[in-house]
Amino acid sequence: MITVEGLTKVFPGGFRALDDVSFTCRPGTVTGFLGPNGAGKTTAMRIMTGLTSASAGQALIGGHRYARIPNPGLHVGVLLDASAQHAGRTGREVLTLGAKTMGLPASRVDEMLELVSLTPKEAGRRVRNYSLGMRQRLGIAHALLGDPQVLILDEPANGLDPAGIHWMRSLLRSYADRGGTVLLSSHLLHEVEVIADEMVVIGQGRIVAQGTKAELLQTSGCFVRSADDAALSEALARHDLVAEPGPTGGLRTDAEPKLVGEIALGAGLALSELRPADGAGLEEMFLQLTAETQREGSQA
Amino acid sequence: MSTTHTAPGGAPASLDVTGTKAVPFARLTSVELRKMVDTRAGLWLMVVIVLLTGLFVTLLAIFGDNGATDERTFVNYLGATATPQGFLLPVMGILLVTSEWSQRTALVTFTLTPERVKVIAAKTVAALIIGLAAVLVAMGMAAAAAALAGPENAFEGVAASDFGSFGLLQAMGILQGLGFGLLFLNSAVAIVVFFVVPIAFNVLVTIVPWLQDAAPWIDISTAQTPLFGFDPNTGQDLEGGMTAEAWAQLASTSAIWIVLPIAVGIWRVLRSEAK
Repeated sequence: MITVEGLTKVFPGGFRALDDVSFTCRPGTVTGFLGPNGAGKTTAMRIMTGLTSASAGQALIGGHRYARIPNPGLHVGVLLDASAQHAGRTGREVLTLGAKTMGLPASRVDEMLELVSLTPKEAGRRVRNYSLGMRQRLGIAHALLGDPQVLILDEPANGLDPAGIHWMRSLLRSYADRGGTVLLSSHLLHEVEVIADEMVVIGQGRIVAQGTKAELLQTSGCFVRSADDAALSEALARHDLVAEPGPTGGLRTDAEPKLVGEIALGAGLALSELRPADGAGLEEMFLQLTAETQREGSQA
Repeated sequence: MSTTHTAPGGAPASLDVTGTKAVPFARLTSVELRKMVDTRAGLWLMVVIVLLTGLFVTLLAIFGDNGATDERTFVNYLGATATPQGFLLPVMGILLVTSEWSQRTALVTFTLTPERVKVIAAKTVAALIIGLAAVLVAMGMAAAAAALAGPENAFEGVAASDFGSFGLLQAMGILQGLGFGLLFLNSAVAIVVFFVVPIAFNVLVTIVPWLQDAAPWIDISTAQTPLFGFDPNTGQDLEGGMTAEAWAQLASTSAIWIVLPIAVGIWRVLRSEAK
């Protein structure tokens, strides 16, 4: 439903915010767009919604350029920045303006307020008095106003408490189960892990990993501890397996637990521990990406 | 979901937008009108315009009769309302544009309506509608004041062109404000430049001799004086109203101070990143 092909953005001054980024988001799935601050997530989403032009490549939504979709609010729900609302308007007024632009009845505003659990009293308050969490709820209500088939949300979980994140997961889950397509960005692996089915990981404008959550989070190899780790290491080496000593003793190897168990049995070594290795590759990679960005001074 | 799409897990589906109509211009204009009064700041600007208009009319009603001549005619009342409205209506025009940037709502506005020129056109029409309403209020107040607190001949010599000139003057102010708002996309800068530059330019024109002759062609306030019925050079009463030359001068200054800022401003808005 969302097709991003070879998207590249070079800002005046030469900063390459996006470099040949391609991915797709399918109906019925929630795609997490993950990356450290300044990785290019927001730029990509701004190009998808026609707010910024691409230097090369394109982003299509259901086969259309966003700017060519008539009354786009009825097809694509967008939340790019929950704080980008007039501080002097009430929450209800913000939704009313959106509903009027899209040509929706006023009752739709009440439905959305109820959906995101903003009470009539809260909806009557001015946005300047809203917490970030309330602004996010208002922004999600605004994105859902037109009953769109696609949702594009930039850091929607930002400012939400754990209960709020859980709420958003159920909301987006049921939306996707009804056939909707969701793309949401986050700089926190944990948030995306909780909400998304598919993941696209971006760092410094390039895609560094993508796939289903199960694929990306699956662990490879195993951790093993035995009475004599040195002997076990030698036994593994005889089978062309590399084993690295763990920080608190034991060995980590890329082989499957079953194979390691058989080798240990053959060598007559008693095992005290054998389990799939923890520390998913994705988390390590993500930490590394974040560290690199921080060293270079993050560009939010 | 208003259109069908493939089952979960299906291939990237296409979006059927053939049944969706673009947002009609009238609806967009009504939304822009609503935006002008749905915040305290916006609402108070309207209230202040009405109150100040009333205040200026009241002042003339109290002090307009100096014994020798009674100045309290309908035309003079209308002229009195021009001062506050001439100041505040352009400010409204400026804020209508710049608040989208200062409050960052441009992000939402341009996401819901990617045709930015259409949004600007809707804002222009909305501002002119408010301007028309303000002018009607001013005329109503002037008429009431002239009838209640004016000499017997208060309505003598009132011509249809008086209404036209007054409306045109305010419309020009609103459009100029809108143009400066589009040009600077910043409330404070646009308001300051809007008020300071024409005054500075006017001073320059009166000081530099060779600019003096060109003044009616390049200085908007000079070119506007015939609309009030004065000669721009001598300040004497002008008989017969606007001449062809006066209209040409008004067109020339409008091109410089209204059309040019709007054109450059639109170009800027189209290129700008709504953050």
